[in-house]
Amino acid sequence: MDTELTGAEITIRCLQEEGVDYIFGYPGGAVLYIYDELFKQDKVKHVLVRHEQAAVHAADGYARSSTKVGVALVTSGPGVTNAVTGIATAYMDSIPLVIISGQVPTHAIGLDAFQEVDTVGITRPCVKHNFLVKDIAELATTIKKAFYIASTGRPGPVLVDIPKDVSQQKTAFAYPESVAMRSYHPITKGHAGQIKKAAQLILDAKRPMIYAGGGVILSNAAMQLTELVRMLGFPCTNTLMGLGGFPATDKHSVGMLGMHGTYEANMAMQHCDVLIAIGARFDDRVIGNPKHFSNEERKIIHIDIDPSSISKRVKVDVPIVGSVSEVLVELIKLLKTRKERPDQIALKAWWTQVDLWRARDCLKYDRASAIIKPQMVVEKLYQATKGNAFITSDVGQHQMWAAQFYKFDKPRRWINSGGLGTMGFGLPAAMGVQFANPRGSVACITGEASIQMCIQELSTCKQYGLPLKIVNLNNRYMGMVRQWQEFFHGNRYAESYMNALPDFVKLAESYGHVGMKIEQPGDIEGALKEAFKLKDRLVFMDFITDQTENVFPMIPGGKGLSEMILV
Amino acid sequence: MRHIISLLMENEAGALSRVAGLFSARGYNIESLTVAPTEDPTLSRMTLVTVDSDDVVEQITKQLNKLIEVVKVVDLSDGVHIERELMLVKVRAVDKGREEIKRMVDIFRGRIIDVTDTSYTIELTGTGSKLDAFLDTIERSTILETVRTGASGIGRGERILKA
Ligand SMILES: Cc1cc2nc3c(=O)[nH]c(=O)nc-3n(C[C@H](O)[C@H](O)[C@H](O)COP(=O)(O)OP(=O)(O)OC[C@H]3O[C@@H](n4cnc5c(N)ncnc54)[C@H](O)[C@@H]3O)c2cc1C
Ligand SMILES: Cc1ncc(C[n+]2csc(CCOP(=O)(O)OP(=O)(O)O)c2C)c(N)n1
Ligand SMILES: [Mg+2]
Repeated sequence: MDTELTGAEITIRCLQEEGVDYIFGYPGGAVLYIYDELFKQDKVKHVLVRHEQAAVHAADGYARSSTKVGVALVTSGPGVTNAVTGIATAYMDSIPLVIISGQVPTHAIGLDAFQEVDTVGITRPCVKHNFLVKDIAELATTIKKAFYIASTGRPGPVLVDIPKDVSQQKTAFAYPESVAMRSYHPITKGHAGQIKKAAQLILDAKRPMIYAGGGVILSNAAMQLTELVRMLGFPCTNTLMGLGGFPATDKHSVGMLGMHGTYEANMAMQHCDVLIAIGARFDDRVIGNPKHFSNEERKIIHIDIDPSSISKRVKVDVPIVGSVSEVLVELIKLLKTRKERPDQIALKAWWTQVDLWRARDCLKYDRASAIIKPQMVVEKLYQATKGNAFITSDVGQHQMWAAQFYKFDKPRRWINSGGLGTMGFGLPAAMGVQFANPRGSVACITGEASIQMCIQELSTCKQYGLPLKIVNLNNRYMGMVRQWQEFFHGNRYAESYMNALPDFVKLAESYGHVGMKIEQPGDIEGALKEAFKLKDRLVFMDFITDQTENVFPMIPGGKGLSEMILV
Repeated sequence: MRHIISLLMENEAGALSRVAGLFSARGYNIESLTVAPTEDPTLSRMTLVTVDSDDVVEQITKQLNKLIEVVKVVDLSDGVHIERELMLVKVRAVDKGREEIKRMVDIFRGRIIDVTDTSYTIELTGTGSKLDAFLDTIERSTILETVRTGASGIGRGERILKA
């Protein structure tokens, strides 16, 4: 009896053991043995994309919209280099992925073999960790480690490079039950003394502010955050990555902060006396120039699982290293045992101030416009889906309008590339979201420039019958680029006009989908309704929008939070 | 300020390039770097010297700690420590110069480890500044070649770095 398995069989068995239901990939010479094993089983279903970048984005969308690790499979050489954009995208937003790549046989490594690249070297700066498996005896433990590292601590993509001969050789298989790594021990439990200090600062605050980021979502801590905010009655703002971590329709929410954040959120950040930063990393798009935002004017508490996120751009007073969920549970428990409450009179005065800022109505736009305003499309999409859809986006103005006008009340509903800002992310990510949530409504808000970066995936959508709704805010410009050129480069619109656009309706139809072109504000609602009625069809809605519209508020680069350009 | 950072990491192919890659990717400067396996062959010990502000060095140690293969990191400059560097110098040694160089080597407690009719090869250990001082003492034009290892560091007394 032969109980030995090939490396390819082991790879698939490991995925099965990890409970992987979908992997996103594209075949090639170095992974042929692995594809052969995929073919022989049906537990792990393979989704064939049309470009490796899309495989990784789809795995990424799958992970962001579920709580599972996303898995992608690519071949050596060009398969890997195509995947790099996807890997870097996931890395910047701390998304747990396992990427399996084929490699040339071990004996050919280093000889400039056909389709050889130094995969470990190329991906090193954009993965949480990577491995080259040179010995089949190490394969199963390596894959186990990859899943463990990807999903624990600050999550991130992990790549496992498997040479072709390793996938062909045989050995006995046993999937390790656990991993022990002496060099990797993520801390999840916060330091009790630090939590106590934080509680005291919170109780002493007169102008408190909660600033919550993607770490809340990654830590599955939306419930705890919501409890904390409501218990304290403090204003709460979310980063672009944190949207949905606290309900946008709650009265304590002041919306998104940062470069395109609301006036009230940015002013409250600038003027608060105690800032509670939760799973957020003081990004330059968020606090602008750190010179204008120091802990001399305010006390800062920072909860983050990654010590290197703490005091990186802004010095903080009370660092708490740990997972958001565990730390918040402890903090809430502690606050409940304390008799004092924050100064209610001061808090009321603070809210009066915040509401004055809110009354500035910074997101207003011309609702009576005869040309379609992109903001209106997002608002109507929000209404049409009753706020329950999964929304992916690409990168540009449309992304900001989506973030500003779709009110996310639940986590893992807003899927976008924040850290790397990868155009082309939206459509493939939406595919992954749909696989993870087969019954969910999934819409991709995109621009005519971004959508063309992964448009080939319309073919994948046809093959798997994915009923995505694509909302193309077509302003015939790389709008975000044009906006910067208008504001900072004397209206010289260098190469930002989108010439020679395809007829998106015909394009969608040629892929076997439904296409719609919407040119009148009065038609927005009807089109959306009709599109969502087509439950099993992909509908590409091409909205012809105002070319001159800009995203407001805006903090110009290098400026402080209160130096916003307003409408 | 000058910091001397000591770390233990898995003795695996690629671990060194992760450290070096981290420094180049994040724009940290490395003055010197030495690495070799320890008495436990699964571990390597590295000593890194960097000159940067305390804030940047704090980030450096955090980022190093984050590397999956790094087991322990310590900033030796936080406490009392000893550091040593090894230098090999080949100098032109002819006529009267031979005596003079030999005398300097003795003063600096170095050793001459290779001799030809016209040259000496000298071995010298000490802190970086002692090695600098030696080079400043001998006639510049006689120096044919220098090889330095960069600093290795260890905590004083009971202070140890173990996996
Ligand atoms: C065109 C464009 C415009 C943008 N404009 C804005 C803007 O106006 N406003 C804005 O906010 N962003 C904006 N961004 C996004 C911005 O670039 C950053 O991606 C984003 O602000 C980072 O969000 P974050 O701070 O929540 O950090 P994330 O990138 O989400 O990082 C999460 C943090 O949480 C920590 N963490 C992870 N898991 C856990 C856990 N389990 N427990 C505890 N901590 C954890 C991580 O260590 C990390 O520090 C824009 C992006 C683009 C492309
Ligand atoms: C891959 C990639 N290339 C370039 C950029 C720079 N960039 C940011 S937004 C943008 C324009 C996006 O245009 P479009 O998709 O039409 O969106 P709009 O801003 O018009 O809504 C560009 C080129 C990017 N983010 N990603
Ligand atoms: Mg556009």
